[in-house]
Amino acid sequence: MVEETNHDLVTLLSERFGEKIKGVNEPYGLLTFETTKDVIIDVLRFLKEDANAAFNYLTDLTAVHYPEKAAIAVVYHLYNMVGKIRIRVKVFLHENHPDIPTATVLWNGANWMERETYDLFGVKFEGHPDLRRILNMDELNVHPMLKQYPLEDPNRVDKKDEYFGR
Amino acid sequence: MNTLVDKIMNNNIPVYTDNDPQEELVTLNLGPTHPATHGVFQNVLQMDGERIVSGVSTIGYIHRAFEKIAEHRPFYQITPLTDRLNYCSSPINNMGWHMTVEKLLNIQMPKRVDYLRVIVMELARISDHIICNTIIAQDTGATTTFLYLFQFREHIYEIYEEVCGARLTTNIGRIGGFERDFNEIAFAKINKFLKEFPVALREFESLLNRNRIFIDRTAGVACVTAETALDYSWSGPLLRATGVDYDVRVSDPYSSYQDFDFDVPVGTSGDIYDRYLVRNEEMWQSVRLIEQAMEKLKNEPPHIFHADVPDFYLPPKEQVYNNMEALIYHFKIVMGEIDAPKAEVYHAVEGGNGELGFYLINDGGRTPYRLHFRRPSFINYQMYAPMSKGMLLSDAIINMSSMNIIAGELDA
Repeated sequence: MVEETNHDLVTLLSERFGEKIKGVNEPYGLLTFETTKDVIIDVLRFLKEDANAAFNYLTDLTAVHYPEKAAIAVVYHLYNMVGKIRIRVKVFLHENHPDIPTATVLWNGANWMERETYDLFGVKFEGHPDLRRILNMDELNVHPMLKQYPLEDPNRVDKKDEYFGR
Repeated sequence: MNTLVDKIMNNNIPVYTDNDPQEELVTLNLGPTHPATHGVFQNVLQMDGERIVSGVSTIGYIHRAFEKIAEHRPFYQITPLTDRLNYCSSPINNMGWHMTVEKLLNIQMPKRVDYLRVIVMELARISDHIICNTIIAQDTGATTTFLYLFQFREHIYEIYEEVCGARLTTNIGRIGGFERDFNEIAFAKINKFLKEFPVALREFESLLNRNRIFIDRTAGVACVTAETALDYSWSGPLLRATGVDYDVRVSDPYSSYQDFDFDVPVGTSGDIYDRYLVRNEEMWQSVRLIEQAMEKLKNEPPHIFHADVPDFYLPPKEQVYNNMEALIYHFKIVMGEIDAPKAEVYHAVEGGNGELGFYLINDGGRTPYRLHFRRPSFINYQMYAPMSKGMLLSDAIINMSSMNIIAGELDA
């Protein structure tokens, strides 16, 4: 059932956006795909407003830093309350200039989620009404969730990353 | 006057004034700590007499960087971090985390463990709703109800103590089951709770549900439409009070919730009174769920309290000292030598305040590559300042108690 719905969704999206929909897969039954930042708002609007998709609820918005790919991925989780389906949308940005249009034009709830993502990862959401830090102090001059910032004091010898599987 | 209001409304940075309250707006700094906010929240409000003209929420006072810490801890050491998200219902957070890892590892749980988990999670939900509803009553001036129902939170904590040894930050259960079986005293205490709590809850309701003062203070205050609530990604009792029947336990069942028979109460207007009624009804449904779980346990083989997954579940200590195989498993688990699939998984549970989601990305290392908590309080609270506009200060205070914002979950 879920696989069929996911398949239909992929067909629907590919018809509309063609090449812009990439990397489709289904980890644990949750349809995941990548897109680009120039169409992300169009994709999200389509997912929200198209009657066959109807992902009206923004569950979550966050980011992931991949230093080896020099990329920051912004990850959206959407939910279709009628069909009870989740979907995950990813946009990979270059880590040196992470900017992406804001999703607050579609959901007011994206406001603080984007502020948190900006605070922790430095992703700049263009057009956001109030892009300030939210959890950390305003004077902080780093975005602490980026992988180059270690958790512990780097001078300590007993807390090296290799002891933690990295 | 108008220029000042415009300036404040169009600019989210708080403006401090020391003007004459007869002529100008007054800045009221509510918080960071204030007895009426039940937690560390700062709201800088612009007041026109008793009415709020605009407000700016500042959060992050107890931000502890859990997502960063989690990237440096093995899976089993992350459970105590989740305790400290919504510390009023820690077991739900713990179970949610265990189930996320179990989903990642494809572990199938025995039915008996699922039912034991349902018992613990529903007790946690009751204790969470007790806090919220009694505090609404307290803030409207009804101290008796607060003290009266609060003792049952203590009884719930005694049950936790029997199960895991801790009370507030429980660290209850393990990845793959429970650390030990429920003992006879635990079951006796649960049965005692099931007998006594409904009596007290009925009395609590009879003191408030049709109380003129309580209704005057709460009904029609802070109404929210379903459209606005969905737009702001609300979840949990707040969303259900607006009339949307979204409950993760039903829409995306976990821990065998599909085996149970229970109702999802919804409100109509989304005001404070509806939120109160929805939470009360959910406590009744939780009692029903625990009763059903206790009944179902009788048909399950006894003394099964964890799945048979020696790769992930710590062996008993006496075996570790006397049995080579157990020692090897113990070493592998503690040193993080387990092979977890390189995958990403999103798992959500219905927490006390709404959808509590765990977004886990694993790269095959000992620790998560990335772990994100979808924290319902954080997402629910962003509407607080916009919805306070035009509200009386005393209404805004009850509005905050009815949203049940837990500072630990807000800031992570």
